[in-house]
Amino acid sequence: MRRRDLLFGSLALLVLWQLLSWMLRTETFPGPWETAQAFVAAVPRGLARHFLVSGYRVVAGIVLAMLAAVPSGLILGQSPALNRFFSPILYITYPVPKIVFLPVILLLFGIGDTSKIVIIFLILFFQILVVVRDQAAALRPELIYSVRSLGAGRRALFRYVYLPATVPAALTALRVSIGTAVAVLFFAETFATTAGLGYYIIVDSWGRLAYADMYAGVVAMSLLGLLLYFLVDRLERWLAPWMFLSDA
Amino acid sequence: MVEVVDLTFAYGDGLPVFDGFSWTVQAGEAWAVIGPSGCGKSTLLYLIAGLRQPKGGRILVDGHPVPRPRASTGLVLQDYGLLPWATVWENVALPMRLGQFYRAKGEAGNAERPYPRPDIVPQQVDAWLERLGIADQRSKYPAQLSGGQRQRAAIARSLLQQPNLLLMDEPFSSLDAVTREDLQLLTAELREETGVTTLVVTHTIEEAVFLGRRILVLGQPPNVRPRIVDNAGAGEAAYRGQPAFWAKVAELRALLGEESGGRSG
Repeated sequence: MRRRDLLFGSLALLVLWQLLSWMLRTETFPGPWETAQAFVAAVPRGLARHFLVSGYRVVAGIVLAMLAAVPSGLILGQSPALNRFFSPILYITYPVPKIVFLPVILLLFGIGDTSKIVIIFLILFFQILVVVRDQAAALRPELIYSVRSLGAGRRALFRYVYLPATVPAALTALRVSIGTAVAVLFFAETFATTAGLGYYIIVDSWGRLAYADMYAGVVAMSLLGLLLYFLVDRLERWLAPWMFLSDA
Repeated sequence: MVEVVDLTFAYGDGLPVFDGFSWTVQAGEAWAVIGPSGCGKSTLLYLIAGLRQPKGGRILVDGHPVPRPRASTGLVLQDYGLLPWATVWENVALPMRLGQFYRAKGEAGNAERPYPRPDIVPQQVDAWLERLGIADQRSKYPAQLSGGQRQRAAIARSLLQQPNLLLMDEPFSSLDAVTREDLQLLTAELREETGVTTLVVTHTIEEAVFLGRRILVLGQPPNVRPRIVDNAGAGEAAYRGQPAFWAKVAELRALLGEESGGRSG
């Protein structure tokens, strides 16, 4: 995405927002300027802290999910026997919406950071695991043969073939699931907690009918999602440059 | 160099591809293996490479059985086998990286050398890129190269480990005619320079006659005894197009035709 296009997109959204706000003329739908003022005022009064708390939870969930799912996916992907054993379990658990386990997770892990990190972990883990597994299993046998013929054993194959082969897939899975992760975080933060953007938006601002503050929170949450998205984009270009070749 | 003794091999419970098959390759020889599709020529190569195991009999390479691929056997496949995420230089340098990865084991001084040699240096990578004429392409990724350049990179990679046996499975089948002949000539030159024992599996009669001083002709399975055609002129650039070359092509064609005639009859 080009910088100029991004700028244009943002401007168009702001104009649309302003027009809507003028049309509706209600205090429950403030325009961008009003929201920006509230945002700037709210940052030192707690919004920054809530942003950091939410950011910490979602990043911790992502990192843990990657650390667990990439190696597991790699192992399943190159061992048909293990995959045969685990794939029915995955098949059943993959489509279950993990968010319904939130009450259980709250009971088990309490109302602090841990329960939020665990629910994000659960959601991302399965997404990344399945993609990495399929990618590892789909490697052409000729590629494996030629690297084995250079004297590579199992450990070297992991290091020089399976791991680099699955990096782009893992990052794509991550990018696709970041939206879900942030949404789930929002939901999890709206009750039984005292920090995080979800808490700020629903409990703190909405609860006391501070609409401008509420929108400041919504903007902060959107920025969090956008920031993570950009981050993964960067990571992809850095870790998988061969995926972005122009036909030279 | 390669001793195949009483080899029996079948896929699953199917008909045997080889049944009590024996065949010997001396060190330094240049062989071509030819036969119709499904005759087991690639299977033979994979067996010698250690990627498949015989059901019966034994295969000795350099006097040792091959329960797993050994680094001193080079393998060049039709589809190049390059890592798509690595540049040409990184791909060719892979044996060096693997050698460092297995340094402790590579230094154990095992005669059959299943692990890559630990003493390859970056200058050797540069030298092979230069020799194969792809030094300009060093920072490109395989997807940015032509088929001929990819195969040159694959050959450079397999020669970097200084193999004493080079196995090639239909190496030039997906290349256009001119590139194919260039690479056939290059292969013959490299063989002269390194003295490596080569075994080229091909379905092209001209390729077999150009590259194989000795030609193993396989037929419809099961293969029981080897049929061998001697072809002393092979490996010379000028050989292609000479009457002797075409006579050998005709001889081989007749032999292969006899095979398919025998099948239908």
